[in-house]
Amino acid sequence: MSGSKRMRTLVRLSGMLPVLILICVGFELMTGRFIAVGNLSIVLQQASINTVLAAGMTFVILTSGIDLSVGSILALSAVVAVTTSTLPDWGLLGIPAGVLIGLVCGLVNGVLVSLVRLPPFIVTLGTLTAVRGAARLAAGDTTIFNPSLPFDFIGNGSFFGVPWLVIIALATVIASWVILRRTVLGTWIYAVGGNEDAARLAGIKVPWVLVFVYAMSGLLSGLGGVMAAARLYAANGLQLGQSYELDAIAAVILGGTSFVGGIGSIWGTLVGALIIAVLSNGLILMGVSDIWQFIIKGVVIVLAVTIDRLRVSR
Amino acid sequence: MERSLRLPDDASPVLEMRDISKTFGAARALSGVSFAVHAGSVHALMGENGAGKSTLMKILSGAYRADPGGTILVDSAVADIRSPEDALRLGIAVIYQELSLAPNLTVAENMFLGHEMSRRGFSDRAAQEARCRFILQRLAADFLPSSIVSRLSMGQRQLVEIARALLADARIIVMDEPTTSLSEKESLRLFDVIEDLKTRGIAIIYISHRMEEIYRLADKVSVLRDGQSVGTLTGAEISSARLISMMVGRDISTFYKKQHSRSQGEDVALAVQDLGDNRLIQPTSFHVRKGEVVALAGLVGSGRTEIARLIYGADRKASGSIAVCGKVVDIAGPTSALENGIAYLTEDRKHLGLFLDMNVSDNVNMSVMPRDARALGFLDRGRAKQRTDESIHALDIRGADEGTRIGQLSGGNQQKALLARLLETEPSVLILDEPTRGVDVGAKSEIYRLIDELARKGMGILVISSELAEVIGISDRILVMREGRIVGELNNPVGAPVSQEAIMALTAGEEQGAAGIQAE
Repeated sequence: MSGSKRMRTLVRLSGMLPVLILICVGFELMTGRFIAVGNLSIVLQQASINTVLAAGMTFVILTSGIDLSVGSILALSAVVAVTTSTLPDWGLLGIPAGVLIGLVCGLVNGVLVSLVRLPPFIVTLGTLTAVRGAARLAAGDTTIFNPSLPFDFIGNGSFFGVPWLVIIALATVIASWVILRRTVLGTWIYAVGGNEDAARLAGIKVPWVLVFVYAMSGLLSGLGGVMAAARLYAANGLQLGQSYELDAIAAVILGGTSFVGGIGSIWGTLVGALIIAVLSNGLILMGVSDIWQFIIKGVVIVLAVTIDRLRVSR
Repeated sequence: MERSLRLPDDASPVLEMRDISKTFGAARALSGVSFAVHAGSVHALMGENGAGKSTLMKILSGAYRADPGGTILVDSAVADIRSPEDALRLGIAVIYQELSLAPNLTVAENMFLGHEMSRRGFSDRAAQEARCRFILQRLAADFLPSSIVSRLSMGQRQLVEIARALLADARIIVMDEPTTSLSEKESLRLFDVIEDLKTRGIAIIYISHRMEEIYRLADKVSVLRDGQSVGTLTGAEISSARLISMMVGRDISTFYKKQHSRSQGEDVALAVQDLGDNRLIQPTSFHVRKGEVVALAGLVGSGRTEIARLIYGADRKASGSIAVCGKVVDIAGPTSALENGIAYLTEDRKHLGLFLDMNVSDNVNMSVMPRDARALGFLDRGRAKQRTDESIHALDIRGADEGTRIGQLSGGNQQKALLARLLETEPSVLILDEPTRGVDVGAKSEIYRLIDELARKGMGILVISSELAEVIGISDRILVMREGRIVGELNNPVGAPVSQEAIMALTAGEEQGAAGIQAE
């Protein structure tokens, strides 16, 4: 990466970083207990699942697609993971089972978008609904518990003081960066998003690229499901993961990734996910009611992106 | 219409731009350019891409603001143009290369877009269509105000743009490369319209790279080079040799560089047998020898691009086979075409060729990345940089290092970068679709030199071109297409070139076949 490109990446990233820092400082001034090790750790944990979903969403949006089904896939994966975890002696299989079911859902999305050539919005709107139903079916439409969940360390343990949730989220971001910036596939993802027709004529196997991004998003939603299950010792097909897709999309957009595809970075997505988590946490610390939290979050998202646009166009 | 009563006297120009400068950051796009246009005349503006023509016109149309110090006079009064609306109010209309019509609306709706006629808040369609019909009649248009724009040909759409300018009472119309997407016949009709506009006292600023058009239309030609006025030629002074040397600042004596002799033997690089698509392309057979440049001539719509896309696998063929260097190959799509040594340069580099948001390196390496990749698909960034540096050097891609966003380069340099991507795949067959479209003279001559060099190295090259001079200048053999089939083959040896008339006769066909295309 040349100096000028690194500089540009830095500028693009810093676009939202100051906003994040500003919000943090603001909350500290107003509450006096926002910037404390304990609270920051909670914020990071709260951000972790959305970061993982948003990383997958970044892949999809870079190809100018959208994945509305991530919340439903998360719920189904969590249900499958908890169910599998009750197998005597083989409970740890809940982790691969949850991730795998996510991958399968993602593959279905990918095949419908790339080979059947249906619009991503419609395909994933369909799976959003159908997979939500499948999750309720799999859980028998109740909440299933496993108080002795064999992989509960993922949700509640930590490694040298760093919560596993945070480690997984960070590892996901780094792995995504490696794929996007250091592999042929990553360059192809940007190329397909930037100009799909040109990509095809340049010899890029566009259908495979599309299958990959949706599979990736599904797989990471599955991982998110395992994380959620591990945190709660439980899963439920009805409420778990409801409207998570909106937070994931918001994080990607806050991170400066273009909705028309081809432009964006995974670091931006991380900053975006942190902004959303910080807002939730800070507003709770301030004792703002649930209703107002929604309104303020919505306004901040639109405002932040507006500021970003003005900065870029200048 | 009261304006037409106030005819300007011959001496004073309807538009004068004095001492116009424009800087973007540190880059100086224009320095002290002056330029005057008289009513009822066609004033051509020429220059290489990046010479400043577009910037100057954007200042005129209010898209850019000139640096302080320059003056624009309309009817000898100082005009302050801050926005496209200001320009339009002063009677200045610009017809851009990429037409700006809404394809899903009717002709009348498009013409009135933004200033609809209304009655009690409802748009008055009847009044609009009547007004529209009047103007279309003046232009002798062969479509109706109620026609949907997406069903019109490119030439007809251009007429809609011109009609829109007339509707706004424009007295100065800027046309930026108006014939790029028109067929020969449509171009001729446009020229008639331009002549007609002239007699009505409208001044036309005409930007084009095509010499024939300049000869035919222009009363005056002004040349820009590196953001400065080089000079203006009037009437009989206009000659292509003078214009070219003014544009490039040096003398180009051998513009087309055909030097390779095609006596390299009879080995065939590309053989096409009965290739067809069941739609436009009738089963067609031809071949290109190694070291040979074959031109595919014909009108727009005759099936030249379609046949190229079939060979490359961009569209699915219905019949026929393709052999590369004597071996029949099965081409399932562009990926396998490249693997089998066929590379294709698209005619539409912005939409089908380049990744405008990506850098030069990614654009050049896009097709060879899988070949160069390390284990697990990791990029070989050292190799990519090396390939990019070599390409920049070999093809003289100016204003670029590997990290430059390709959208920032001029048309000629973008084209060279796209060519570099093809050449990196080391093809044995190169298909070039309008390789010099929208490219300035300097880059044009470099592309000709490159084609010649590649042919000498033994590559088989198929060139699609609408410029007859180019077809004759660079090819060894010319295939002429009409209505989806090859209707003639002309040998074009260095010593005894084919005449333009001979090609034209074949493209048009005995019964003036193009006439049927216009009818709805």
